[in-house]
Amino acid sequence: MTAEIGHFAVVLALAIALVQAVVPLVGAQKRWTNWMDLASPAALVQFFLILIAFSMLTQAFVTSDFSVRLVAANSHSAKPMLYKVTGVWGNHEGSMLLWVLILSFYGALVALFGRNLPAALKARVLSVQSMISVAFLAFLIFTSNPFERLLDVPLDGNDLNPLLQDPGLAFHPPFLYLGYVGLSMSFSFAVAALIEGRVDAAWARWVRPWTLLAWINLTAGIALGSWWAYYELGWGGWWFWDPVENASFMPWLVAAALLHSAIVVEKRDMLKSWTILLAILAFSFSLIGTFIVRSGVITSVHAFANDPERGVFILGILTIAIGGSLTLYSVRAARLSSPSMFSPVSRESALVLNNLLLVVAAAVVFFGTIWPLVAELALGKKLSVGAPFFNLAFTPFMIALAMILPVGAMLPWKRGNLRKASKPLWGVLALSVALGSLVWVMQTGGRMMAPIGITLAAWLVLGAAADLATRARLGKAGPAEVLRRLGNLPRADWGKAVAHAGLGLTIFGVAAVTAWETEDIRVANIGDSYSVAGYEFRFDAVRKAQGKNYSFDQGVFTALKEGKAVAELLPEKRFYPVQRMPTTEAAIDSGLTRDLYVVLGDPQPEGGYAVRIYIKPFANWIWLGAIVMSLGGVLSLTDRRYRVGVARRKTAPAAVAAE
Amino acid sequence: MKKMRYIALSLLLIMALFRAFSSHAVEPGEILADPVLEARAREISKDLRCLVCRNENIDSSNADIAADLRVLVRERLQVGDTNEQVVAHIVERYGEYVLLRPARTLSNLALWAAGPVLFLVGLGVALLFVRRRKPVAPATLSDAEQKRLREILDR
Repeated sequence: MTAEIGHFAVVLALAIALVQAVVPLVGAQKRWTNWMDLASPAALVQFFLILIAFSMLTQAFVTSDFSVRLVAANSHSAKPMLYKVTGVWGNHEGSMLLWVLILSFYGALVALFGRNLPAALKARVLSVQSMISVAFLAFLIFTSNPFERLLDVPLDGNDLNPLLQDPGLAFHPPFLYLGYVGLSMSFSFAVAALIEGRVDAAWARWVRPWTLLAWINLTAGIALGSWWAYYELGWGGWWFWDPVENASFMPWLVAAALLHSAIVVEKRDMLKSWTILLAILAFSFSLIGTFIVRSGVITSVHAFANDPERGVFILGILTIAIGGSLTLYSVRAARLSSPSMFSPVSRESALVLNNLLLVVAAAVVFFGTIWPLVAELALGKKLSVGAPFFNLAFTPFMIALAMILPVGAMLPWKRGNLRKASKPLWGVLALSVALGSLVWVMQTGGRMMAPIGITLAAWLVLGAAADLATRARLGKAGPAEVLRRLGNLPRADWGKAVAHAGLGLTIFGVAAVTAWETEDIRVANIGDSYSVAGYEFRFDAVRKAQGKNYSFDQGVFTALKEGKAVAELLPEKRFYPVQRMPTTEAAIDSGLTRDLYVVLGDPQPEGGYAVRIYIKPFANWIWLGAIVMSLGGVLSLTDRRYRVGVARRKTAPAAVAAE
Repeated sequence: MKKMRYIALSLLLIMALFRAFSSHAVEPGEILADPVLEARAREISKDLRCLVCRNENIDSSNADIAADLRVLVRERLQVGDTNEQVVAHIVERYGEYVLLRPARTLSNLALWAAGPVLFLVGLGVALLFVRRRKPVAPATLSDAEQKRLREILDR
């Protein structure tokens, strides 16, 4: 029965979503309060129904109900419980169900927490949100039904792709979806504002937390995916500029721009129409990403042409959503013109430049991602666009962004004096350049990557510290006064400094591991001992063993530094019999200053094993920086000004208890 | 039948998605004795696509064709080719598809120029926007707003 209940719940959710998409919108236009009031309960019911559907599918996976086609195709009775659960979204249908679950989750959040929103705005926002629900629920039901039954029930399932049976990847999709589906909220707010024809500081204050929440999750999701690639793919690559990665990176870049421009709307009541456009763009990139991933069009035009149903459906959603919102924008944007002004040297200008760089960077990624498709369709040429292109075309914009960031962050609003504002930064600049030069002198010959990266990283981290120090009047006031001032700074200011410093940490990690990585590939026999970049590696043994649903060979290595053992490394070669697939599990000894990364390769015909050892300096700083960036976002999200509604709700505990 | 095709296709897509398999890349036997030549080979390899893989260079792929190409690159280098000659040789054999960094030709102009051109245009528009000076009329309250203000003040 479970699958049938799930199916029924999804169909019912579609009906509710249809009502929610129309009734509150009409109500808002006609000012009929009771029609508008329908929005919140509808959003809650919609979420509840999809949650039921999702639970039913999870139930089917957990109990290994192989009469459900999806479970038979993607699960196996011997699979560990964790991967039975995460297997729910480890396939197309299930991941689309997760997509709509999160979409309706955000709608329900607005219904619950949006009590201080004006009734008409709230009704319109939930209406627009529900239009997206209608489109994707229809997509799910008509092209990707996860609840289909099989007439011939197989004895056991096909299992999940072994590469997906991994904790890092298990939690990667939920975060990612919380991120780029979350941008639907910014989109809904933008479209609602266009319908209303009004954008003000209050609107920006409502839209910013949702964007921030989406961006935090997107940051975490991308970092998780990159970390997974690092330890799972067997040679420590952490970013490949793959279309699927780009699909999540483009919305991240535009969402970052949106976060910054929304500040200008909130504080200065300007850049309104640009901010609306960014909100539309951010979610458009989410949709484009979904299309790229789900239709497979970039991977193979032919796969798409052979089986176009799903791709065409999403393309239709994409066209209506992007085309419709941009048309509405072109009609209404003129109304949103902003009256106030600012001088070329001001916080506003710096934020405009930030927006420009981020959006152009996103555009470069977009062009690079779709270029093979364009070239094939328009020019009849098959060509590739890969990492070397992106590294070359994308990086300059990020370097420029990092260069202006600390200065822009300290400029005053409206009209600034560059000399005055940058005064606290001269020391930081000198120190950063000194650090970079030191690195340049110390490394023998070689690339400019490390010196430039380290200069920029220090500039960002110390610049963020200098911002806080200046705000606290360090050096001008007494220590007690400085501490008091630091404590009194709004959380948003702390969030800003922390997030910017996080970007610096990531840049440091990227530069260090790219420039200073050491690699050693050789045939090694058991008992061999050899040194790589100051570490001695001893190849002790290879043992055979059996995992829960795989068999494996395990290499035993001991890493020594100056004669003392620092780590035992156990790389594995696994074989998953159900999918007949071998995988490589690298052994990594993680550290703040370096990772030791050992991969056991194939046994060689003349004896011994192919062994790869990498020393990766400061690799973890890449993800450490991402965590710190997310943390900055969380700090900013807890700023007082966003918690006004929360404080109000606390006076009515009965309402909370009733849930 | 159609359903089976879906299953097969989605499985294929997922496999492609995770560029799958135990990736092994450069094998010990392929490495050249001359470290300078080997370094050049690695550098060239990073710009060449493994033809049957998804967005993967021959340096990190374990597909047979990637291994063949790695060996070919090294053979050409040992014969004394320059980096450009090696790449040209491989492009001649396998087509432009093998380049992960598309050639800077006229047909790829839009790709290479997109970023810089967008940036310059954006910068121009932004400058116009910032320099556009118009007097700011102090906003006056409309009648309705005046009324509401009075209501609030009188409360």
